[in-house]
Amino acid sequence: MKLLTCPMNGTRPLSEFIFGGELREAPDQKTCTDAEWAAYVHNRHGAPGDKKEWWYHSPSGTWFIAERNTLTDKVTRTYLFGQKNLGEENVVEEESK
Amino acid sequence: MSLRTPKQAGEWINRNKKISFSFEGEAFSAFEGDTISSALWAAEQKVLGRSFKYHRPRGVLSLANHDVNVMLTDGMDTNMRGDVVEIKDGMSLYEVNTSGGVKKDKNSYIDSISPLLPVGFYYKAFHTPRRLFPFWEGVIRRAAGLGIVNFNYPRILKRKQHSHCDLLVVGAGPTGLSAAYVAAKAGLEVTLIDENRHAGGSLGYNRAGDEAAVAQLDDLLSKVASQPNITVRTGAYAAGYYPDHLIPIVEAGGITKVRAKTVIVASGAFEQPPVFRYNDLPGVMLGSAAQRLIYRYGVRPFSNGIVVTANDYGYRVAIDLLEAGTKVAAVVDLRPGANGGAQAAELTHRGIKIYAGHCVYEALASSGKSGVRGAVICAYDDKENVALTDNKFTLECDGIAMSAGWAPAGALLYQAGTGMQFDYGVEQFVPNRLPEGLFAAGKVNGIFDLDQRMRDGARAANDALSYLGLQAPHNSIEQHVGNSPSHAYPMVPHPKGKNFVDFDEDIQIKDFVNAAKEGFDNIELMKRFTTVGMGPSQGKHSNMNAIRILAKIRGLPVEKIGTTTSRPFFHPTPIGHLGGRGFHSHRLTSLHDWHQANGAVFTDVGAWKRAAYYPTTGQTKEDAIQREALAVRKTAGIIDSSSFGKIEVHGADAALFLERFFTGSFADQSVGSCRYAMLLDESGVVVDDGIASRLAEDLFYISMGTSNAAAVYREMQRAQQEWQLTIGLVNVTGAYGAINLAGPSAREILSSLTDVDLAYEAFPNSSVREGIVAGVQARIIRVTFVSDMAYELHVPMAQVPHVWNALMSTGKKHGLRPFGTDTQRLLRLEMGNHMPGIDTDGLTNPFEICAEWAIKMSKPYFIGQRSLTILEKRPLRKQLVSFVLATNFNGEMPMDCNLVIDGGEIIGRVTSIGYSKFIDRCIGFAYVTPSKKEVGSEFQIRTDGGSLVTATVVKAPFLKNQKGA
Repeated sequence: MKLLTCPMNGTRPLSEFIFGGELREAPDQKTCTDAEWAAYVHNRHGAPGDKKEWWYHSPSGTWFIAERNTLTDKVTRTYLFGQKNLGEENVVEEESK
Repeated sequence: MSLRTPKQAGEWINRNKKISFSFEGEAFSAFEGDTISSALWAAEQKVLGRSFKYHRPRGVLSLANHDVNVMLTDGMDTNMRGDVVEIKDGMSLYEVNTSGGVKKDKNSYIDSISPLLPVGFYYKAFHTPRRLFPFWEGVIRRAAGLGIVNFNYPRILKRKQHSHCDLLVVGAGPTGLSAAYVAAKAGLEVTLIDENRHAGGSLGYNRAGDEAAVAQLDDLLSKVASQPNITVRTGAYAAGYYPDHLIPIVEAGGITKVRAKTVIVASGAFEQPPVFRYNDLPGVMLGSAAQRLIYRYGVRPFSNGIVVTANDYGYRVAIDLLEAGTKVAAVVDLRPGANGGAQAAELTHRGIKIYAGHCVYEALASSGKSGVRGAVICAYDDKENVALTDNKFTLECDGIAMSAGWAPAGALLYQAGTGMQFDYGVEQFVPNRLPEGLFAAGKVNGIFDLDQRMRDGARAANDALSYLGLQAPHNSIEQHVGNSPSHAYPMVPHPKGKNFVDFDEDIQIKDFVNAAKEGFDNIELMKRFTTVGMGPSQGKHSNMNAIRILAKIRGLPVEKIGTTTSRPFFHPTPIGHLGGRGFHSHRLTSLHDWHQANGAVFTDVGAWKRAAYYPTTGQTKEDAIQREALAVRKTAGIIDSSSFGKIEVHGADAALFLERFFTGSFADQSVGSCRYAMLLDESGVVVDDGIASRLAEDLFYISMGTSNAAAVYREMQRAQQEWQLTIGLVNVTGAYGAINLAGPSAREILSSLTDVDLAYEAFPNSSVREGIVAGVQARIIRVTFVSDMAYELHVPMAQVPHVWNALMSTGKKHGLRPFGTDTQRLLRLEMGNHMPGIDTDGLTNPFEICAEWAIKMSKPYFIGQRSLTILEKRPLRKQLVSFVLATNFNGEMPMDCNLVIDGGEIIGRVTSIGYSKFIDRCIGFAYVTPSKKEVGSEFQIRTDGGSLVTATVVKAPFLKNQKGA
């Protein structure tokens, strides 16, 4: 079973986590066209590669972002939403395990 | 007669302890430590099993669980691997795949009709006439197949454990032992496992008559024993590789999931049989099997044998045979020229004839194919891989030892995603791109020389240490030099076939040719068509030869053919090892015992067990539900709603949070009032709903349906993570229980237990009060879900039974009775209330359920708002309507999900339907096309039985507002 590192609780087995979908930037709902909004809501990039994903650590109720290559299944780093650019103290660089 | 040798140094048997057992009804004796096969072989019982398809007699092939020639049952277990299962005193054993015993198997005629049963015959034959297919199926199933499942097998719990280590070494041969020792010396916590009963691997038996191997092994074992931080587990195999180095270790008693920081795979190699006619006779065995018999169990493989070899290993085997007292009639080497090194010289010196550039054209069977009586030898063209039969001759012998090469035991490496390449120096796939933290050493890494292997183990240990960030030298191991340990194509064609590649499945060379002719010339397709490697030994002795044969058929180099996908498990693993304890997690309310004592029938709602209804003796489900519902309508009913999701939103931004999260407006909601809260997803689909009660300016208490509560709370947490409002979220689902008291008498019952003013003006519907009920602090919510006259009491979970009992005893004189969730479904239907997930699905938008009233589009933002601006411009495709069936309807009752039909077209479906005794009508909700949504419209419902039932659209609710509300 895979291990995942929660930025608040450390490395835990995957069974403690729930996948929350890709982190995607919503277009400005006031200015975007209907087509742009529909594309945001319904279309997903299926191509494998580096993705930012929401993950939820279920026992502690922590949502965070994992940067994961969906081809190799390698997680490069995890951090709380919004904290990646605020300072690096809560960013967990995945050690090579 | 016995084939037992004098005592061998390092043997696994205890000659001081004799045990007796029976095989196919005949008495045998053995020594403690014998396996079933070794004990029988020592007694010259050589027909140990029957093959899967042709029921040919079989004996020892690998003696290592790399084949399944010998599978037995002791009456309790089945498919026991005779080659490795230790014999126990008093065992009574039978072969699994025979009809009338292993010696006189009635199904052995199948061997003689084998030309009628080419590979894949059952895909093509017996399909017509159709009515006979079940007959043929029965015949085939009885003839083929392995043991019979014992349905009286007792439930034996096998332990499941977890363990952690710095380094897991798979394989305790010289490579693994060296690796473990070096890593442990550097301070790592090492777990060393081996599937064999004792550590040592090939060092225990590959001696070429040289006893120095024994001392060398003793030295390695004592070094490992000197390190307290090495845990050695023998009789334990690594069943598979799972991400981040999670490796389940299977032992007789259970399974241990080992999480290692790093892993060294030193799993060695499986010896591969050369392929010639009748290479499956009892007495024809792999060279390493002969050595295992001799040195592990002190058993001579035969009395007068031939060694057929295609590498230098066979020469070592020949010397071991001589040392064990077996005569060696000849060494037959497929390769031309002088090979075999020092061992060849020694054999020549000892007068053994070596036939280089020769092959065994066929083995000659003794009567009943029960053994070997000789071998036909002829020259072999090692370029074209054909036998040159002009000068063939026959040598008498009673056994043949075969050595042709090896296949890496690379299952774990493959599963971990290792890139492999074909190394022509050793004629073997070797790893060339290993995943992080995984290392390979020894034979599986293409290293065969003993000293080199031990250094390769140390090298891998140092690599693992460096990987863990510790100081360690970086060594590299030179490549294999000299003759390849494996032959490129050790196959001898024969016009009469029966030259077996896969012994599990009776696959011959011609089967591959036929499969390729049929178009199955890709290795994965060929595997499935021929079933090569699909037997219980999973290709351990056959996959490599299959790849070579396919490469030759297609005229491609071996690496272009590739290998089949390796999947867990390495060996077939008993279900009992995998099965859990039937653990099904569920949540119980604090009233569960009460429900049980009062005869409730339970139903699963999300993670919770809820009371569905309470039938009295002899009462049907329908009667019970109607009776409970009538009580709510006429007097009062009470339901345990403790499983409801309950979430508190605290803080200055609490109203703002609700405004953004739900569709309605909450900023202007007054303290003490309740509002409907509907949740959409971003595409505007209805996800869930609930009631938001404002307890204070900065505190909302949200109650919602049971099954989706955890997911909604999760989404709240995510939204807060994004929005960063000044709020706190508390999931109090388990902290609070809830009781819903409903019906005309509800107020009167409650009033005697509380000081809260229950007058309509003081406490109208859709409002919330906090106060004491039966001495317990409660939040009382007036929800109209099941009745206009209802009080939902939220009290601490532990206090729920106290409040419930107080209500029950007070309500007794009012005819108060409990009702369950099935009754609740009917009651809310009478009230015209939709339930998300029942009356909505994953595509339902709020317009389709007429929920515009719950949406405040003028807000700056809420989840799904932008999608609603698009949806509201579009014409509706369906709409949820309330309908009734004809008065006194007594036809076949339509069911939930029955289709709505109009003019032969499907125009919708029923989402809820039920008979209401109170209204005395069948009522329900259905989706229909908007053309049918007007009150008075008629449509038809097709029942399960196919009849069409007319329904009429009516205005909800079905009930008139009840008096007294």
